[in-house]
Amino acid sequence: MAADASPTAVAPARPDPTGPGRHAGEAQGPPAAPILAAEHVTLRFGGVRALTDVSFEVRRGEVFSIIGPNGAGKTSMVNCISGRYRPTEGAIRFDGKDITRLPTRKRAGIGIGRTFQNLALFGHMTVLDNIMVGRHHLLRHGFWTGMPYWLLGAQREEIAHRREVEEIIDFLEIQHVRKATAGTLSYGLRKRVELARAVALKPKLILLDEPMAGMNLEEKEDMARFILDLNEEWGMTVLMIEHDMGVVMDISHRVMVLDFGRKIAEGTPEAVLADPHVRRAYLGEADEVVHDVDEPAVA
Amino acid sequence: MASMIPAGVYRTSYREDMTILATRNSRLALWLGILLVCATPLVFGRYELGLLVNIGIMGIAALGLNILVGFTGQISIGHAAFFGFGAFASAWLHERYHVPVALCIPLAGLMTALVGLVFGAPAARLKGLYLAIATLAAQFILEDFFARAQWFTGGVAGRITEPFEILGWRADREETYLYVVLAWVIIMFVGASNLMRTRDGRALVAVRDHYLSAEVMGINLAYYRTLSFGIASLYAGIAGALYAHYLLFVSVEAFNILLSIQFLGMVIIGGLGSVAGSLMGAAFMVLLPEAVQALADALAGGAVDRALRLGNSISFLREMAIGAAIILFLIFEPDGLARRWRLIKAYWKLYPYSH
Repeated sequence: MAADASPTAVAPARPDPTGPGRHAGEAQGPPAAPILAAEHVTLRFGGVRALTDVSFEVRRGEVFSIIGPNGAGKTSMVNCISGRYRPTEGAIRFDGKDITRLPTRKRAGIGIGRTFQNLALFGHMTVLDNIMVGRHHLLRHGFWTGMPYWLLGAQREEIAHRREVEEIIDFLEIQHVRKATAGTLSYGLRKRVELARAVALKPKLILLDEPMAGMNLEEKEDMARFILDLNEEWGMTVLMIEHDMGVVMDISHRVMVLDFGRKIAEGTPEAVLADPHVRRAYLGEADEVVHDVDEPAVA
Repeated sequence: MASMIPAGVYRTSYREDMTILATRNSRLALWLGILLVCATPLVFGRYELGLLVNIGIMGIAALGLNILVGFTGQISIGHAAFFGFGAFASAWLHERYHVPVALCIPLAGLMTALVGLVFGAPAARLKGLYLAIATLAAQFILEDFFARAQWFTGGVAGRITEPFEILGWRADREETYLYVVLAWVIIMFVGASNLMRTRDGRALVAVRDHYLSAEVMGINLAYYRTLSFGIASLYAGIAGALYAHYLLFVSVEAFNILLSIQFLGMVIIGGLGSVAGSLMGAAFMVLLPEAVQALADALAGGAVDRALRLGNSISFLREMAIGAAIILFLIFEPDGLARRWRLIKAYWKLYPYSH
């Protein structure tokens, strides 16, 4: 497994079999059937419009990123998908089914997992238990069969799922903390445990809300590698919000840009970067200023 | 709940890694402890055995409350009412339908669980202080019910209960009833330990720690908040039934709000979110008045008594000590006896090196 998937924009192409093909679109990619479709989603809180008429599709098997300035509505969009918010107007379809009104708790079962921007681990549980909670909807034994642990098969089920959870633990390289209390871990590790918990759901679509916020370069590189592996080896579709443009441009198949709750661009990273609206709205005027100042100095 | 496994313990299977007790020595210690309790009738008199029986009964009830308060993060100031309901239910089942007492106890537990689910329904929507008030209402509603429902409780006069009997073996004295309580303590505590390492137990803790992400994990918040009331009431009901067949008489006054507060005290002193702590807290609360009484007796008529003119009020020391204990624990040991016990174990693990 290549360890040098660099999140910086200037890095050379990843040593990845798909190579630059990832950036070039969907030449060899999976069929374009959308796993998730947002249709004219509007979200209002009283007089405040968090989202205005946002439509987009996430194709099966891709890494799709949402970027935009602070307050652009990125997390609101993810909350609409995970069920925390209900869109005021519009619809959200997952796997062909309308899930706009589906209760949050039922979305784990249909294959939507997520992580949170501000850590949302179960602080007093061990890492192992945290991840096992992710298996909740896959486990069958309730309290009446769980209490006589050995008699009615709860133990067998626990062991079987423990085995799968250990694979996730191996993958995310958190073996050394599996028995530690989640609340005592460092920030980077907690982010990783949270990812593990979301992966344990066996989601088809995993929503990552700023998976790399507050991480150092090394931790970001690790996280980028995990996301790529989840996408390519575990076959999960990834929808990610991230501020680090280097990471976004490097690992996304497609990018959507939000600004003030509106979609202003969508496409491959190159296309989005080249879009004049995006340059103005997201990267700011400063771009041109820097350019102006730089020109004479170089010349 | 970080694990404390000494060096040199190697687990080679998941089954070994998922045991309740970490090491062979701790398992041995537990068996030894059970054996010691079994042997107590050879040494102790009826009074001391009665204390043990009380610790067991209160321990079961406290464990139920701990599942609700410590593990699920809810609050109940009506636990004594459910405890009382279990006591009356068991007595009623025996008298009305002539169910054998041995069967009455689990049945009373189930009946109480159902009542608990009803009164726990507000928990699906209420939290914190609001829930506290709702459970306070449960306490008073049930107390009122006990006083009025003559057919069920015998009204204010109370109800005589029959002693425990199974296959001709009668447990009507402390020496024998101790074993009945011990068996139930083992069943209920093992059950709770198992619960906490399986799906529903983890879901309860998840609801406590972060209910938003619990919901994203597919956990039905309303279901688990209500369920924890059901489980807490099951424990309270079984403890209450055991209490009824121990005293052989149940009456309304015993199950007032003071007992509810005492249960909360046991849970706090023992350690919120600790199965073993519940038993420690119960032991503390049962033995504390004894200790204070002994102290008061020693003081009575002594120099201190004369100097301060305590006289009769010396007996109030007992009541005050309970309140003081709760306050002191909240300040100095908010995680309860269970944590102190862990620290002691950690100390001996490293002894004689302090680091």
